[in-house]
Amino acid sequence: MNDLRLDAALRQLKFRDPLVARRLAEAIAATVAEIGRSPVSVMHVCGSHEQAIAKFGLRATFPKDLNVIMGPGCPVCITDMPEVDEGVALARQGVIVASYGDMLKVRGTALSLNDAQAEGATVEVVYSAAQAVQLARKTDREVVFFSTGFETTAVATAAVLEAGPPDNFSVLSAHKYIPPVMEIVAEMPETRVEGFLAAGHAATITGWGIFEPFVERHRIPVVVAGFEPLDILAGLARLVELVRDREPRVVNMFPRCVTREGNKRAQERLWNVFRPVGGRWRGIAHVPNGNLRLRDEWARFDARRRFTIDLASLWDGVPSALTADCICGDIMSGIASPDDCKLFGKECVPDTPVGACMVSSEGTCKIWHQYGGHPDLAAL
Amino acid sequence: MCLGVPGRVVSVSEWTAVVDFWGVRREVRLDIVDEPVSPGDYVLNHVGFAIRRIPAEDIEQTLALYEELIEQAPPDDLMALDVRGEIHGAGDRNE
Repeated sequence: MNDLRLDAALRQLKFRDPLVARRLAEAIAATVAEIGRSPVSVMHVCGSHEQAIAKFGLRATFPKDLNVIMGPGCPVCITDMPEVDEGVALARQGVIVASYGDMLKVRGTALSLNDAQAEGATVEVVYSAAQAVQLARKTDREVVFFSTGFETTAVATAAVLEAGPPDNFSVLSAHKYIPPVMEIVAEMPETRVEGFLAAGHAATITGWGIFEPFVERHRIPVVVAGFEPLDILAGLARLVELVRDREPRVVNMFPRCVTREGNKRAQERLWNVFRPVGGRWRGIAHVPNGNLRLRDEWARFDARRRFTIDLASLWDGVPSALTADCICGDIMSGIASPDDCKLFGKECVPDTPVGACMVSSEGTCKIWHQYGGHPDLAAL
Repeated sequence: MCLGVPGRVVSVSEWTAVVDFWGVRREVRLDIVDEPVSPGDYVLNHVGFAIRRIPAEDIEQTLALYEELIEQAPPDDLMALDVRGEIHGAGDRNE
């Protein structure tokens, strides 16, 4: 990379430790040059990583031959339409549906939870599963917690069930499990992912050892990284070294938060309550073992077993015509970027999103819309 | 959401702790934290649960990013909003 541009980028980005940032950026550039292919594509699977990469303009420091792409790391985005439909149908059937805020704006086949609320259904925003339980304690009505998120968030849902919620509380689980989807994306011929950057805080729960079988099967390296700009640069520097050296292994670059075993207590709770089953991730694929559903022992708290969910009531709805042009699925698979979408920033903006990627604070499109995806190097 | 939020433990009861987040005190649950916590410890929290006790030597490094987000980021900043959401995820102390 042009030294003056790297200088300008580093100055503009105000790193906490500019010398370390420079050393890491130069190391990444040198390693990618040694690999000698273009592009070298690596993927992260975490909305918070993309937020930090975009917010701090890190792509301005990457060599042009390095492609750092966001994969299916936005839990709101990959919640499948039929799962949203279940939540919407339950709300319209008269139960109180509680969910995380961004989830209300995402459409299923035709309607979102916000639409159901506008029709008179009771839909509540919560910031935690425990708050959904509190709602249930304050009412005689049925409260369904429409629970989304990856394993990190599923642990919290498991914990409130184990703590003994009231009888009028149940869970509509749309929780997803990240390791199986990495297998799917790694096998997609179009993505050509050569390495994964794994999310530090999810690995806090699962431990970095969870990636070892994946690395063994796919011969693709995985580096666990934190969320500081320097953490991400350090993680990428190590990852491209592993790609260069054809050294498929797991490296933990976030030891201040992540151990090999992870948080065992949390894992026990997770697997005591949930079991992995196959299911669709919106726009991506059927992912074997990619969905987390309640085990039979917890059937009485499973909204799918407690209620007859009338999905047919939604089939008359008509999806927005723009939906056909939305490329969220390709973006989450790492095949396309928001800039490739003809709706991005035009018909599709945060106030009137077409696809889920523009709804969630962890969606690639919303992140790029706020911070910009590829910083304009010429402007620096 | 993956960011979580660190906070300082003010007091501990059996299954919960009162945690200070930049002057805001909220209640977090201790059901899944990896080690016992005591007042003065820092914990990393996600959707209302402490998920890890932060070792003393790592606290400063851990807090730096969050301080920047809480104190300097504009109000509509996506990362800052997610961190504030995590603080809301901890319970009101009266609930």
